[in-house]
Amino acid sequence: MRFVKKDILDIESLEPHEISMILDTAQGMKEISERPVKKVPTLRGKTIVLFFQEPSTRTKLSFDIAAKRLSADSISLSKSSSSIVKGETLIDTARNLEAMNPDIIVLRHSSSGAAHLIAKRVNASVINAGDGIHAHPSQALLDMMSVREIKGEIKGLKIAIIGDIAHSRVARSDITGFSKMGAEVFICAPGTMIPMGIEKLGCTISPDIETCVKGADIIMMLRIQKERQDNILFPTEREYAQLFGLNTARLNLAKKDVIVMHPGPMNRGVEISSEIADAECSLILEQVTNGVALRMALFYLVAGGGRNAGSN
Amino acid sequence: MRVRIKGARVLDPGNIDEKKDIIIHDHLIEAIVGPEKKEISTDTGIIDAGGLIVTPGLIDIHVHLREPGHEYKETIESGLLAAAGGGFTAVCSMPNTTPVNDNSQVTTFIINRAKKLGLSRVYPAGAITQGSLGDSLAEIYDMKQAGIVAVTDDGKPLENPNMMRRALEYCKGLNIPIFVHAEDLNLADGGSMNEGFFATFWGIKGIPNAAESAMVVRDIALSELTGARLHFCHISTGESVEAIRQAKKRGVNVTCETAPHYFTLTDADVKNYDTNFKMNPPLRSEQDRQAVIGGLMDGTIDLIASDHAPHSVVEKDVEFDMAAFGIVGLETSLSLSLKLVHDGFLTMEDLVRKMSKNPAKIIGINNDIKPGNIADLTIIDPDVSYKIDPASFKSRSKNSPFSGIQVKGRPFLTMVNGKVIYLNDKS
Repeated sequence: MRFVKKDILDIESLEPHEISMILDTAQGMKEISERPVKKVPTLRGKTIVLFFQEPSTRTKLSFDIAAKRLSADSISLSKSSSSIVKGETLIDTARNLEAMNPDIIVLRHSSSGAAHLIAKRVNASVINAGDGIHAHPSQALLDMMSVREIKGEIKGLKIAIIGDIAHSRVARSDITGFSKMGAEVFICAPGTMIPMGIEKLGCTISPDIETCVKGADIIMMLRIQKERQDNILFPTEREYAQLFGLNTARLNLAKKDVIVMHPGPMNRGVEISSEIADAECSLILEQVTNGVALRMALFYLVAGGGRNAGSN
Repeated sequence: MRVRIKGARVLDPGNIDEKKDIIIHDHLIEAIVGPEKKEISTDTGIIDAGGLIVTPGLIDIHVHLREPGHEYKETIESGLLAAAGGGFTAVCSMPNTTPVNDNSQVTTFIINRAKKLGLSRVYPAGAITQGSLGDSLAEIYDMKQAGIVAVTDDGKPLENPNMMRRALEYCKGLNIPIFVHAEDLNLADGGSMNEGFFATFWGIKGIPNAAESAMVVRDIALSELTGARLHFCHISTGESVEAIRQAKKRGVNVTCETAPHYFTLTDADVKNYDTNFKMNPPLRSEQDRQAVIGGLMDGTIDLIASDHAPHSVVEKDVEFDMAAFGIVGLETSLSLSLKLVHDGFLTMEDLVRKMSKNPAKIIGINNDIKPGNIADLTIIDPDVSYKIDPASFKSRSKNSPFSGIQVKGRPFLTMVNGKVIYLNDKS
């Protein structure tokens, strides 16, 4: 099978077999990071631009390490170092980047649809590293990879996602991805954080966190975005933790072998208690490790690796 | 010089609906005669309008001409060429120019500029408040003397309800209608498209229906309090239609308009972050679209206006949430509205009321097709099929969501003051 997508913009546009192919490829890439010499020549001579208009540590680092382990040349561009501060439009910036012939542009942007916008204008492959509240496909893919690794398969699992769904691109991509791969997704949040029509993405809204986590195979806690709050969506972190925080009592309602995930960065004591964050059932650091492998796989596949899979 | 429009169905609801010839002498309608009637003079020019429909000139009371201040989007000239091309003999220009049309100098500038062009007529709307900032009343009487026919702070609501109350009371005394852009900005909360599944799907911040209807309900209450005339612009939701329907039943002095996109498209059509589908109010749900059609059918919605809002690529070729609201509409309004007739929702007579007679009534002009009246006429070719192509628009801006769609019917001729200002090929 060949991987034919030029861009990775969202999970919606990926077919289940493409998702499987990405996860399989990522699984193969994982071993590279465990070698003493963590580098293969696969993408030597390829140029990857990491264009992060929005602040990011983990995702950017993960993409950067992934590029370097495949021997690609990666260049970082942030909002302050780009001409955006001089008033250049996103399309003009993208066109200028394009003129330097990069092979892949990784874009993180605060506007939903930003990656779609530039993907239409450039020949380079565009990988969406998070656009507004729309999508974060590499995060959802690494979540699926981590779950599949532990559980064997995604199909038939009960997944509980708890937290600010409305402002979370990770939630949208995870809901879409896990339900596409045959899991049953339940969500729970204050009414202020559940966007209209979200069920149609493939999930069920649970009335409370207990119902949501009951019998769950996977519990995914979303970050409460303190920076977006002005006390209009919930009164205090204390009350939020009471109603929607994951603690041991709630965790005990889930399956015995439940796995807890968090896309990070965590607010310990708010959406997740410290003991759970550090517990054995927590997959949080494994997610980060898999993130590198998954992003290596995305680079490899959009750079044409999958297209020549049969030739070597 | 005389002109004879021959063989058309002359349709002026409440006045005439017959196959007749219209004889125009200079700028006036001279006579409406049968085909047997001989020419009065030998130099009469003939317009063969067999199979076509002559109506009183169409009027679009919601148009952004952008001049002064935003001439790169539209000028009075390009906007009026677009109006003529859309079959409109007159438009109301919205005051959100730079400077704002909140004083008689700007009003006079617009009127003089338009007069010189000899195209469609412009009836400017002035601002309700100085700078449309919502703080203090503009000199509405002075602007009325200069030629405004309505006031509005369109583009934004008058948020302060007491300010709105006082504006209504003041304008009642001047017998000038207030055009209301009904939007609760707190509820809209910086959204970019209709709140619902599609906004969730695309990750775009939504604008709830209540952002419009809550304001509609507030302003109905204020119209009841003051007894003043009030006209709601661009109604897009079922809740607003219902609120206005009930208000009219109670005898409240309100009228309203909708725009063709609200009965043609829905939020399901907003795809791939195409900013030509971004306008305010946003495209709503299918249920709302049906409710808007229902409102047009039972007369709750008095008229169709395009909310012609030209924007250049500078405002539109950007991230969806950063893009300007608005689409051009003058050159697609008639064709899109004719679909309501072809689909059996409205009669041709209804449509002429909604695109000509009712707008005329609201801005206080008489455009009856009667001898002695000024010859502002539109001839409609109702059955010709064509594909909408923004590249052919006379408007300076091409921001239309209707590119490439097949429509049936269009203007054949636009006549202002007895002069043909637009002529299409006959089908």
